[in-house]
Amino acid sequence: MDFLTIVQILDSSIRLATPLLLACLAGLFSERAGVFDIGLEGKMLVAAFFSAAIAATTGSVWLGLLAGVAASLVFAAIHGLASITFRGDQLISGVALNFLAAGTTVLIAQDWFAQGARTPALTGAARFAPIDLPFADALSGIPLLGPLYAQALSGHTILVYVGLLAVPATWYVLFRTRFGLRLRAVGENPGAVDTAGVSVIRLRYAAVLICGLLCGLAGAYLATGLAAGFTQDMTAGRGFIALAALIFAKWRPWYALWACLLFGFLQAVSNRYSTIDLWIVEIPNAFVIALPYILTVVILAGFVGRATPPRAGGVPYVKER
Amino acid sequence: MSDPAIELRGISKSFGAVKANKDIAIRVMPGTIHGIIGENGAGKSTLMSILYGFYRADRGEIFIRGERTDIPDSQAAIRAGIGMVFQHFKLVQNFTVLENIVLGAEEGALLTTSLGKARTLLKQLSEDYELQVDPDARIEDLGVGMQQRVEILKALYRQADILILDEPTGVLTPSEADHLFRILEGLKREGKTIILITHKLREIMEITDTVSVMRRGEMTATVKTAETGPEELAELMVGRKVLLRVEKKAAQPGARVLEIEDLRVVDGSGVERLRGISLDVRAGEILGIAGVAGNGQSELLEVLGGMRSGTGRVRVNGDELDLVGPRADARTRRARGIAHVPEDRQHEGLIMDFHAWENVAFGYHADPAYNRGLLMDNDALRRDTERKIAKFDVRPADCWQTAKNFSGGNQQKIVIARELERDPDLLLVGQPTRGVDIGAIEFIHQQIVALRDAGKAILLVSVELDEILSLSDRIAVMFDGRIMGERLPSQTDERELGLMMAGITDTDRGHTHAEVEGNLAHVHGKVG
Repeated sequence: MDFLTIVQILDSSIRLATPLLLACLAGLFSERAGVFDIGLEGKMLVAAFFSAAIAATTGSVWLGLLAGVAASLVFAAIHGLASITFRGDQLISGVALNFLAAGTTVLIAQDWFAQGARTPALTGAARFAPIDLPFADALSGIPLLGPLYAQALSGHTILVYVGLLAVPATWYVLFRTRFGLRLRAVGENPGAVDTAGVSVIRLRYAAVLICGLLCGLAGAYLATGLAAGFTQDMTAGRGFIALAALIFAKWRPWYALWACLLFGFLQAVSNRYSTIDLWIVEIPNAFVIALPYILTVVILAGFVGRATPPRAGGVPYVKER
Repeated sequence: MSDPAIELRGISKSFGAVKANKDIAIRVMPGTIHGIIGENGAGKSTLMSILYGFYRADRGEIFIRGERTDIPDSQAAIRAGIGMVFQHFKLVQNFTVLENIVLGAEEGALLTTSLGKARTLLKQLSEDYELQVDPDARIEDLGVGMQQRVEILKALYRQADILILDEPTGVLTPSEADHLFRILEGLKREGKTIILITHKLREIMEITDTVSVMRRGEMTATVKTAETGPEELAELMVGRKVLLRVEKKAAQPGARVLEIEDLRVVDGSGVERLRGISLDVRAGEILGIAGVAGNGQSELLEVLGGMRSGTGRVRVNGDELDLVGPRADARTRRARGIAHVPEDRQHEGLIMDFHAWENVAFGYHADPAYNRGLLMDNDALRRDTERKIAKFDVRPADCWQTAKNFSGGNQQKIVIARELERDPDLLLVGQPTRGVDIGAIEFIHQQIVALRDAGKAILLVSVELDEILSLSDRIAVMFDGRIMGERLPSQTDERELGLMMAGITDTDRGHTHAEVEGNLAHVHGKVG
């Protein structure tokens, strides 16, 4: 394996990690506020479809992005309504939204474009174009770091950088602001927030809507950045991998970055090689694809430290006497 | 005379058909400690929830310092200068003390400045009111006494000058409770108004200036504490004369029924909860185990009741019990004549969504009297339940009611009826009267004493020292998984037991409060 191959694998790791990262941070906001969200997948899927559909129709990727985010926000609001206002079961609401997304996207796509449940291929201004980071060309001559910067880190679409910047932003919001303190508190003990005179309902809705926004970005990136158009079930379980990454990351933003990069890297490796030779053992590609899930099970079983979810997670808040 | 700090006029609140508060009127004068006493379900908590903006009254007016005030939510209550310390603390376990205190009362959108300001103010408050607490400690590492201080500080930080405390001593040792009372006296001297909600007559007599009594949603009386006594208050609470003392003859201890030697239990996270317990209980006596919750009493009951495994030797009527393996289960224990009234009736004693008659079968469902071949004889079971309900005066006397529809006292009567009517040789009973009203307490105590007089052995675990002192024939005190010592009720008092409960054996010496605090924090840290 030469250096160029490594750079290429890292480059695609970052691209593949981005939707995971955005969705993972989305889940982080929601779950830190005590609302479990198994519907990341569904929100990404509707966002992917509507961003591709609007981009294809209008020719503007930005309008597409807006539509994708809006669709995801609608789904988030439904989840909020079911699990916050009506105190329904959060898992069931999430599962229902996943089914709804899988069904409606295909139905509408077929009815709208009649191309076998897909949107037309996006070209030109209907897709996000790569951005070259400053000095990428000038620095590419530097050994090792130069190509890493110029080829692995530079040359991605804007949403990749949004995803990367979302990590410090999330950390700052959660741990350095009043909103973050309240958000974390509401996921641990909503009673404490309520008796302090702060609305539990409003905080949880805010968290769920931030989750919708980030899922919208993740879905739009899938259809207009990573791929060129929507295809049936194109999220392919990424919402669930993002949940796995969230547990892997113990609900912490920086850990989430590393977890998603790791999972992205594993995906990149399995995309590139059908089997992997490790001296004598030959590891089949399927094993590499399964690795994120295996790691998650290992984490959940408590082998690598303890992952404690937010204490009030999954429980609708009811004022007690 | 100044305006009352709080005046309520004609407050009424219903939940469906249940009238929780009926036309309540009360005046709380500033700078006093005002007690509100009543049985469970008398409407005390509902009334305070209305005052703190948790519920809105259906009718009635609230006046704060003479001004008519509307309290639609907690924010409004805080603005009106009302602070509340709930029975179940409203703290975020993995936040620091400081973070818990500023939560909801932050200075600006960024945390650094508010935390800095809070730290300074907190230091001042701690010094003013004897409320020392480490601002950077995490709540989960603090003992309950400390956590309660954080709750009080939270209210003071929000500039509350009316402080409501709901059953504040339920989780405290006697010495922690004394310290709390000193803090409350200090707050009163500073001109704060304090409302103390409790069902403990002793506390009312000890610390309040005025006391209001509630019964079945109504305010039945408000009297000066100095002009009343416990008997009168109990009568006002229950509506009839109540025996506060347990009437019992001297015990006639017989043969050893339960013998425990070097019993040890290690919990799931590897902490040793019982560290070599040795005890005997004889026929015809009640051994009371005193201790602050979380010092191994629960584990002791669980291992004896077959809900947990352990090591050591336990003999019942001379036969050794299996402490591990398939025959260390609750069913085998019951077959050996051990009945168990668990500490937490709602989770371990009953299935709350099942009918009374179904609950009466639990643990004894294999009894031939309840079975007809392969099927259960539900008619026989219901007849048996009707009989038990009548004998133990369970209300409503309806075996088709689900367990959750009975009051706490009546739920407990169902569990006690189920276990006592089996005529066990040994009764394990945990917190028999937790959340049970005074009338039912009297009845339950009489039943336990009657079982003793019938020559049975009884192991009683309770965190209520009063209960231990009045029921037990012998008292053992547990601390940190060990027995600190045994005393006879006639030769000890609350002070001595309280010190032993805090891990201090040499009880003749004077002890600093810090010593007691330190010992307890050590244990609580491990429990948390």
